[in-house]
Amino acid sequence: MNFLKRFVTKSRIKSPWLLHFDCGSCNGCDIEVLACLTPVYDVERFGIINVGNPKHADLLLVTGTVNYRNRPVLENIYEQMPHPKIVVSVGSCGNSGGIFRDAYNVIGGIDKVIPVDIYVPGCPPKPEAIIDGVVAGLSALSEKDGRDVSPVAEELSEMSATYSERYENFKTGEEK
Amino acid sequence: MFSAGNLFLGIISILLAPFLGGLIAGIDRRLTAWFQGRYGPPILQPFYDVLKLLGKKRMAVNYWQILCAHIYLVSAAMCVFLFAIQSDLLMIFFVLTIGGVFMVMGALSTPSPYSQIGAQRELMQMLTYEPLLVLVFVTIYFVTGSFKISDILNHGEPILLVLPLMYLVLGFALTIKLRKSPFDISTSHHGHQEIVKGVLTEYSGPHLAIVEIAHWYEIVLVLGICALFWATSAVGMAVLLVLTYMGEILIDNLVTRATWRWMLTYVWGVGIGLSFMNIALLYAEYF
Repeated sequence: MNFLKRFVTKSRIKSPWLLHFDCGSCNGCDIEVLACLTPVYDVERFGIINVGNPKHADLLLVTGTVNYRNRPVLENIYEQMPHPKIVVSVGSCGNSGGIFRDAYNVIGGIDKVIPVDIYVPGCPPKPEAIIDGVVAGLSALSEKDGRDVSPVAEELSEMSATYSERYENFKTGEEK
Repeated sequence: MFSAGNLFLGIISILLAPFLGGLIAGIDRRLTAWFQGRYGPPILQPFYDVLKLLGKKRMAVNYWQILCAHIYLVSAAMCVFLFAIQSDLLMIFFVLTIGGVFMVMGALSTPSPYSQIGAQRELMQMLTYEPLLVLVFVTIYFVTGSFKISDILNHGEPILLVLPLMYLVLGFALTIKLRKSPFDISTSHHGHQEIVKGVLTEYSGPHLAIVEIAHWYEIVLVLGICALFWATSAVGMAVLLVLTYMGEILIDNLVTRATWRWMLTYVWGVGIGLSFMNIALLYAEYF
């Protein structure tokens, strides 16, 4: 089984499917992300495919700040990706909120909403930097396994703990 | 039909067909990258993809989806098995259709509009290629006098020489079955079409891997049917298959995605026209 596990880990590094989400970016970072897919940079040689579907993705690449409108969308997309998954934040806005940090509608960087593994700095970062960030993310991906550690699972386990506690109380007659 | 040697061959082919199909898919991706002036992924990339998908967490919308993916795999593997034990072409056709229908049902069982539209288009594709495939089998029957693959293999001369137009018709079915442009409307190998991944949108992780392996079986099966057209010599068969697949990759890179209306009218018009022409030629030569 160990042999199989090693095989799967190796495949994970060799085939990261990438989902690109523009979370309110000025499109500067997005153009640089798309430049990675062109024949000049050709990220497909690393097995990277730009998928349009969170259910197929291993790697969520987010550009731009999070605001109150797109926060649920970002959370929803993150939830739909099956484990193991990593999040790469691209550009100053995604990392910290950038120049929009103090705006009334901005929550801040991506890491205020979902856990971020790799931060790629720059405004916008060069395609080389983005590829570098993705490749750095692959080593993070190889360390993760398929166990469910998503917020939904945590919520579910919390809920089950709460309800089992209530049930115990109900049985002992302390709470109706 | 069911001798010990045959069964052994069938089981061997079930085990080896995914590797062959994956390898063909890998070479396909590398060549496509070369056509586009890119370096391209390693040849073994499809295997990495499938292994990675098998190692991901299971997520399914409902139980139907899981059942449909498995039946699609079993039916595709069964087709390859039936082909290897040199069974009946019509039987293979029916088993292939079961898999196709379950693929559509799996996509229809989810509420996603992308998946739903993909399923409708997949039905249209099946409607397009199935009559053509039946016509190909019927004309093979005209020439060899049997639907059995063992009899077709024993036919003295390559049937491509008397059925050249039918081979073109089979090419349409091949393009649709391989999900290549211009007929990649229900789903395609590119993740960014207008309906995302069409019928595959709601599959993820291990279930997507199962669908992918089933697709490899289908590639091998359809190429096997192409190989029947030059069954007399191994060299001729290899040359025919390589030329056919190169043609497929070239067409895939040259043309854009069609609409289903264009696909239905064009493929039926040209395909059925070519079929009748070939049948008329057959009669002219034999009688």
